[in-house]
Amino acid sequence: MKSLQASHNQLSDTFIQLRVLNSADESIAALPKFHKKLESAGLLPFKPATLDTLQINVGKMCNQTCKHCHVDAGPDRKEIMTRYTMQQCLDALAKSNISTVDLTGGAPEMNPDFEWFVEEIRKLGRKVIVRCNLTIIVANKRYNNLPKFFKKNQVEVVSSLPYYTSHKTDSQRGDGVFDDSITALKMLNEVGYGIQGSGLTLNLVYNPSGAFFPPPQEGLQTEFKHQLLERFGIVFNELFAITNLPISRFLDYLMVSGNYDSYMEKLVNTFNPVAAQNVMCKSMISVGWDGYLYDCDFNQMLDLKINKPNSNHIADFNIQQLINRNIIINQHCFGCTAGAGSSCGGEIA
Amino acid sequence: MNTYYNPEDLKKFGNISEYQPELAKKFFDYYGEVFKDGALTAREKSLIALAVAHTVQCPYCIDAYSTDCLEKGSNEEQMMEALHVAAAIRGGSSLVHGVQMMNKVKELSM
Repeated sequence: MKSLQASHNQLSDTFIQLRVLNSADESIAALPKFHKKLESAGLLPFKPATLDTLQINVGKMCNQTCKHCHVDAGPDRKEIMTRYTMQQCLDALAKSNISTVDLTGGAPEMNPDFEWFVEEIRKLGRKVIVRCNLTIIVANKRYNNLPKFFKKNQVEVVSSLPYYTSHKTDSQRGDGVFDDSITALKMLNEVGYGIQGSGLTLNLVYNPSGAFFPPPQEGLQTEFKHQLLERFGIVFNELFAITNLPISRFLDYLMVSGNYDSYMEKLVNTFNPVAAQNVMCKSMISVGWDGYLYDCDFNQMLDLKINKPNSNHIADFNIQQLINRNIIINQHCFGCTAGAGSSCGGEIA
Repeated sequence: MNTYYNPEDLKKFGNISEYQPELAKKFFDYYGEVFKDGALTAREKSLIALAVAHTVQCPYCIDAYSTDCLEKGSNEEQMMEALHVAAAIRGGSSLVHGVQMMNKVKELSM
């Protein structure tokens, strides 16, 4: 499977994605706008509450091409953060009290400077989260040592596993992904990840393999823990249930499968003001592979840079300006505020 | 082409209150209570609803509870097993009446 960009799909153009989100047809155009929903809930102006996380996308290259990927990542994507831009991120961190750096991609480990970057962030005393797709650990010998590297640097590992069976996992993430993910999870368990008392955190991410919402997180976590332990002897800490946002490849899937209108309608109809108060853009900044700043990883993939035209790059990092910014919103934001809400850490309401 | 069943009508279920609001309110309040976690989990209740939906062959209910089962965390295998429970009871209910037939045949026979 190729990325939308490599297959010249029109949705690889973010302008077209935004047009689809706002006016694909009469029923979509008639849906309430996200800013109107915030307004009626008394949540405007929509500004950050704090800034405790820097989420850095170190590149779009990935060893997988998942059907729902909002990054449109894959082996054919060559955008990679340079060490120069990483240093700019480190400089920004050094002059702030941001406590957590959340590394994502693509497969972040495929960036040639990944290990150097993690070590430098740790030298600054900040917590590092790596969004590891699991299969990268077994994709090539040179990545087999990642569990030990993560352990050495006390990295929190967050990994996608859409289900505890191969059919649902592979249908979303590609043939053979489930088996490789299980092997990688066992390798992480072997060095202590997910083991109670080890201090090494291994969290899993569930997202639906289709046009439906995630089940309640708590019950699903219990089921995942039971099934993964019974079937494979695998343990982990927490399960985050995440809603698929209607952008990029998932948007393409929704349109091709004929589910787009009903999915958007459901997102809008289940708007939850409590979730809207806790969305991740309230406490984080997202950095693109080229150093530009966004309110979240989804805005990054829609090329919606932060609302500070003269200081929207990590080189211009100014924490006061960032705290005072107005968050850029659009119709895809309904994905984070539907039902129990959704963030990179799962439910938020 | 006009048909009796239109998928869009499922969203209008609440509109039944237009002609009889009081009874509709009682029904929907009751409905909401029934499907909450109780002695049975909401997930288990959704699987029962899916099986019953197939028994009463209601397309609206099948649509609604196929989605709901997935959103309660059930998988395809579990959902199909629920349908087999419904099918077993339907088949069994036909066959168990075979005893009546046998009784009658024996009554009529030498």
